[in-house]
Amino acid sequence: MTALTPDTLLIQALNGLASASSLFLVAAGLSIIFGVTRVVNFAHGSLYMLGAYIGWSLTRHLASFGAFGFWGGVFGAALLVGIIGVLIEMLILRRLRRAPELYPLLATFGVVLIVQDVTLAVWGPEDLLGPRAPGLTGFVTIFASRFPVYELFLIAVGPLLLTALWLLFRRTRFGLLVRAATQDREMVAALGVDERRLFSSVFFLGAALAGLGGALQLPREAVNLNMDVSVVVEAFVVVVVGGLGSLFGAYIAAVLVGIIQAFGILFLPKVTLVLIFLVMGVVLAVRPYGLFGRVAASERQRSPAGDRVLRPLSVTARVLFGFTILVIASMPLFAGDYAIGLIAELLILAVFAASLHFLMGLGGMASFGHAAFFGIGAYGAALALKVLQWPMAACLLAAPFAAALAGLLAGWLCVRLSGVYLAMLSLAVAQIAWAASFQWVEVTGGDNGLLGVWPAASVASRGAFLLLTLVVTVATLAALRVAAFSPFGYAFRAARDAPRRAEASGIDVRATQWAGFVIAAGFAGIAGGLYAFAKGSVFPTYLAIDKSVDGLIMVLLGGIGSLTGPIVGAFAFGGLEAELMASVAFWRAILGFVILALVLVAPSGIMGLFGTWFRKARNPALPA
Amino acid sequence: MIEKVLEAEGLVKRFQGVEAVRGVNLSVAAGEAVALIGPNGAGKTTCFNMIGGQLKPDAGCARLEGADVTGMTPRRLWRRGVGRTFQITAAFASMTVRENVQLALNAKAGRVGRVFGRMSAAFRAEADAVLDRVGMRFEADRPCAILAYGDLKRIELAIALAGSPKLLLMDEPTAGMAPGERVQLMALAASLAKRDGIAVLFTEHDMDVVFAHADRIIVLDRGSVLAEGPPDKIKADPIVRAVYLGAGLASGTVR
Repeated sequence: MTALTPDTLLIQALNGLASASSLFLVAAGLSIIFGVTRVVNFAHGSLYMLGAYIGWSLTRHLASFGAFGFWGGVFGAALLVGIIGVLIEMLILRRLRRAPELYPLLATFGVVLIVQDVTLAVWGPEDLLGPRAPGLTGFVTIFASRFPVYELFLIAVGPLLLTALWLLFRRTRFGLLVRAATQDREMVAALGVDERRLFSSVFFLGAALAGLGGALQLPREAVNLNMDVSVVVEAFVVVVVGGLGSLFGAYIAAVLVGIIQAFGILFLPKVTLVLIFLVMGVVLAVRPYGLFGRVAASERQRSPAGDRVLRPLSVTARVLFGFTILVIASMPLFAGDYAIGLIAELLILAVFAASLHFLMGLGGMASFGHAAFFGIGAYGAALALKVLQWPMAACLLAAPFAAALAGLLAGWLCVRLSGVYLAMLSLAVAQIAWAASFQWVEVTGGDNGLLGVWPAASVASRGAFLLLTLVVTVATLAALRVAAFSPFGYAFRAARDAPRRAEASGIDVRATQWAGFVIAAGFAGIAGGLYAFAKGSVFPTYLAIDKSVDGLIMVLLGGIGSLTGPIVGAFAFGGLEAELMASVAFWRAILGFVILALVLVAPSGIMGLFGTWFRKARNPALPA
Repeated sequence: MIEKVLEAEGLVKRFQGVEAVRGVNLSVAAGEAVALIGPNGAGKTTCFNMIGGQLKPDAGCARLEGADVTGMTPRRLWRRGVGRTFQITAAFASMTVRENVQLALNAKAGRVGRVFGRMSAAFRAEADAVLDRVGMRFEADRPCAILAYGDLKRIELAIALAGSPKLLLMDEPTAGMAPGERVQLMALAASLAKRDGIAVLFTEHDMDVVFAHADRIIVLDRGSVLAEGPPDKIKADPIVRAVYLGAGLASGTVR
């Protein structure tokens, strides 16, 4: 560890401020876009990454022009990324204007996948070193340390852009519209403002800011393919901690995050990853709308599940389910090892997706961190086996128990919020769990994971394990169905449909949601426990944000309006992903296009699409 | 003297220094329908929310059948027999009409914690009986999401009635309805209240509804009670006419 002299502290503080500027640019764009369009733009990190890559190419081509070439490249990159943002808005998000807010999110995740592969195809997998900024290559001496001039320049960029944006929003008609739409976009639309132009221009501004943030990183760090997700997660933290819609809040939060990271590395290198999310959790627990956020004036809640009435399974569906179960159960007789393993994995994913659907479909609580409970279940089972030497059955029971216990804690925090704030807090909680699994090497094995989690001899063969998985899956899915139709299930939905009404009818909304959270966590744990034995190992990636997003995609893809949706979604998404990964180089892009196509064609998911066809075919008079 | 179901004394609520409600006394007896009227900003909804548990009064107290219930949460009030409907109608949109009422009945029976057993089997007949009372039995299997607004109001009333309330709080029960439907709904509520001895307190902007169905009217102005009495007396009260009813009485509707 470095000696703690006043100048090292100062240098670290300056480092923190420098990285805060880029983070602020990304977060500001994210916040403006969310404020006006209510789109949680997951692709914002991709725009940042594109800014860096495009900037890299432009500055190289323009290198002969010296300083003009460098800055021309940087601003050219911002401009191009702004245009890409407009294209995303016009071609995709515009069509999803009336869809619940999770569908645009899913679409932007499709964009993330496509951009990843496009970037890989154009620029290749190697990290690229950017040029240095002409005129800003030197160092200044602060106390006894040398500090790059470019970093000082970056420190100034943050407040400068904050001021510029402030002027833009306070002094121009465009800014007035943006602020008005952030407060109440329905009113703005009612007043005759052209929403399309406003949305497009907001996307241009937001995307250009992200692109600029990316391009400005060129002299600082190598351009790489992992920039997108890491920055967007941090930007989410910044936006939520600062308060949605508050640029000043975003800047303060960006500085906070930058400083925490800089000093975290110095003092607590073991828990740096946890630290940011811990701060976010604390802020949201104390100030649920962020440091400078206010409750939106008119937040007309639209339930992601819509207002679909739950019906018991039709005879056709029962027959189909029975048939599917029979086919899977007889697979060991005719199918190969690969197919058997794949189906077992898909069954487990179905349990995971169904548990998330219980939470977000019935409870209206969209969690962005549900994989945490999947992963905690997996670690619970693995540790019970490896450390406690429990038999496999006991380990499988320990999994949901561990996950539900974690859910009890996380749920207590999360059910106090709703909507995007809930999503972000659940993400924070999950990131804390992920970071713990990653950095608590003594218990979890860290990055190396826990290996040798093999099933008991009786179910060691692939066929036997498939049968075990099938039994557990069917029992679990049936239990979730029973719960959905139980008085509790109805109370859970009532808390989502009309919380005030529910409370005035004797339903304890918070307790009900908390209980629902714990149940969903426990069931995700069951899936995690099975998964540990299916794979024979447990890694921190089981808790990672990708896994949580996979769950969201499965649920939305299948259709959130029915209990069958997540099962269909899990098979469709999991199957597609596995097949594509095995056979196609650019599988991410294909998956991204499939997601986009489904979201655009079937915004109510696969089951919604089937349901509409089915009902129309049988009785054209029924409303879809 | 008839026993009072609800008695409120000296209710006060301040919002950032502004006294929205300054010392309001009111009472409602069993089977009596009391209207709370007044111009916008008079403190009707604030009063209402203090009694209904949505707001905590800064001073004063509310008693339900003699027991102090000041500052109780809506849920605890409900348990003691306070049902309510909301100005912005809220029913459980993802359920059928019958399920809405069944859920309220299950809650009443303390069964909403159960994760086993189909709710649709529990209190089915009872739910249908409640729906009969509000004339919605024939719509029992329809999803609430596709109901007309007037029907939704009836469902809300049915949900409130399912708790077998002693006191029914109705915040602008007829807001947003067609004139004919308004009188109908309030007539329904009033007759149910009379028959079952439920005390009803409602706020309302439609004077036709108020004068037709209120046994007693309390006029609020700027946070205080301006006048109180039977409809005829209020109609004739010169101060009330000056402050609130004004010339609008000629058309029967004051907006």
